[in-house]
Amino acid sequence: MITEEKIKEATVGLLQRASTTLPSDILAALKEAYEKEDSPPAKMQLKAILDNVDIAGKNTKPICQDTGVPLFYVKIGKVYYGDIGKAINEGVMEATKKVPLRPNAVHPLSRKNPGNNVGRNMPYINYKVTGEPWLEIIAFPKGAGSENMSALAMLVPSQGVKGVKEFVLNTVVKAGSNPCPPTVIGVGVGGSADIAMKLAKEALLRPITQRHEEPEIAKLETELKDALNMLGIGPMGLGGRATVLGVNVEYAYCHTASLPVAVNVQCWAARKSSCRIHPDGKIEYL
Amino acid sequence: MEYHLKTPLSAEDVKKLKLGDIVYLSGKIYTARDEAHMHILHEIKEGKKIPIELKGMAVYHCGPIVKKIKEGVWELVAAGPTTSSRMNSLEPEFIEKTGVRAIIGKGGMNKGVSDAMAKHGCVYLAFTGGAAILAAKGLNKVEGVYLEELGMPEAVWIMNAENFGPLVVGITAHGENMFVNLAEEIKKNEVEARKKLGI
Repeated sequence: MITEEKIKEATVGLLQRASTTLPSDILAALKEAYEKEDSPPAKMQLKAILDNVDIAGKNTKPICQDTGVPLFYVKIGKVYYGDIGKAINEGVMEATKKVPLRPNAVHPLSRKNPGNNVGRNMPYINYKVTGEPWLEIIAFPKGAGSENMSALAMLVPSQGVKGVKEFVLNTVVKAGSNPCPPTVIGVGVGGSADIAMKLAKEALLRPITQRHEEPEIAKLETELKDALNMLGIGPMGLGGRATVLGVNVEYAYCHTASLPVAVNVQCWAARKSSCRIHPDGKIEYL
Repeated sequence: MEYHLKTPLSAEDVKKLKLGDIVYLSGKIYTARDEAHMHILHEIKEGKKIPIELKGMAVYHCGPIVKKIKEGVWELVAAGPTTSSRMNSLEPEFIEKTGVRAIIGKGGMNKGVSDAMAKHGCVYLAFTGGAAILAAKGLNKVEGVYLEELGMPEAVWIMNAENFGPLVVGITAHGENMFVNLAEEIKKNEVEARKKLGI
């Protein structure tokens, strides 16, 4: 049975995995960037990144001290489940002590830090209902250096795809060295203001090696990636080839009078981890 | 060039550093982010004496993960740099009032800061963002904490570093700024990128 205790256990396991290891597509892209880089300072940055990931993994320690704010995506299948929100909250509190994670969540105005990464609306959980015979949880801890560089534009329809490209380019140039490049760029097009922002972040859940299923969008992703890597911002903004590791675009139909576009920037430490909890209570980490 | 330096730093120590030089730093290093900068500047403005001596010291833009073992004893888990540009508006006054000789962080700082660095003899040293375990190795040991009430990320952690690095000189004590220079190049590259995108 899927109990709250199981969900809590999975939450701790996911946060531990997410903060101490990198997804294989990201690690492969960083290694490739290291091979291709020919400027010595850029190569040195990528070497430090790869060495750091290696030591962190071997010692089960957080890759980056900014272990982010705890964001989750939960896909509820045809299974029994208890109070998911309560179970995830408890898991976050336990993981904060156990991993340990840095207590990052503070009141937005008083800046008071409760010390356990839990407060009003945090952890933030995105729910989806599916027809699968399991409960799926994705932990997506998000650091602030990259998140602070994210942006939204409400374009007018006449600006079209050129306007979208322009906004993505401007956002990456403006972000410069700040979001810990080489970054992954999530782009959300259409929907509404909030939907575009949500899609931009959800785009980051897809592996960077996997292009969008529609050829037109896939072409836009490749075109943006190639152009952004001409900028020369480079690893940690010290100049070099690798400015972005990937660009993923998601879209939603929108009102005939609007064209929202959002960019969610992800640092090179593009951490995420997912699992399925089966009806027999077995946790399968993906 | 590669240098191994120890805090407190002298004016001569930092004035010889050129853009792109590599530095390994030993001795006391103090972490300070947004809240600590604001708090320390406020205390100085009020004429109060702060319990740490920052003259000649290195300030590190970092909010580490620290595990308390027992009263007064901590284990340093992870300690990479945070985005320095958040402190752009605070740093010129901070450098002037405290007399720090080195700011360590990531992503660089603006012209206002490099002008202040030239005026007061201070350098900016960049460490690889996100490389938190490598950083913790070089920082070696937590000696104490000031302003712990600000919470783990924002408190001032006093580290005893041993060859912390490699740190890249990003702004010299003469005000040369690698990040401002690079922004000019990126502007030129942007023209080509726009052509490629057909915009």
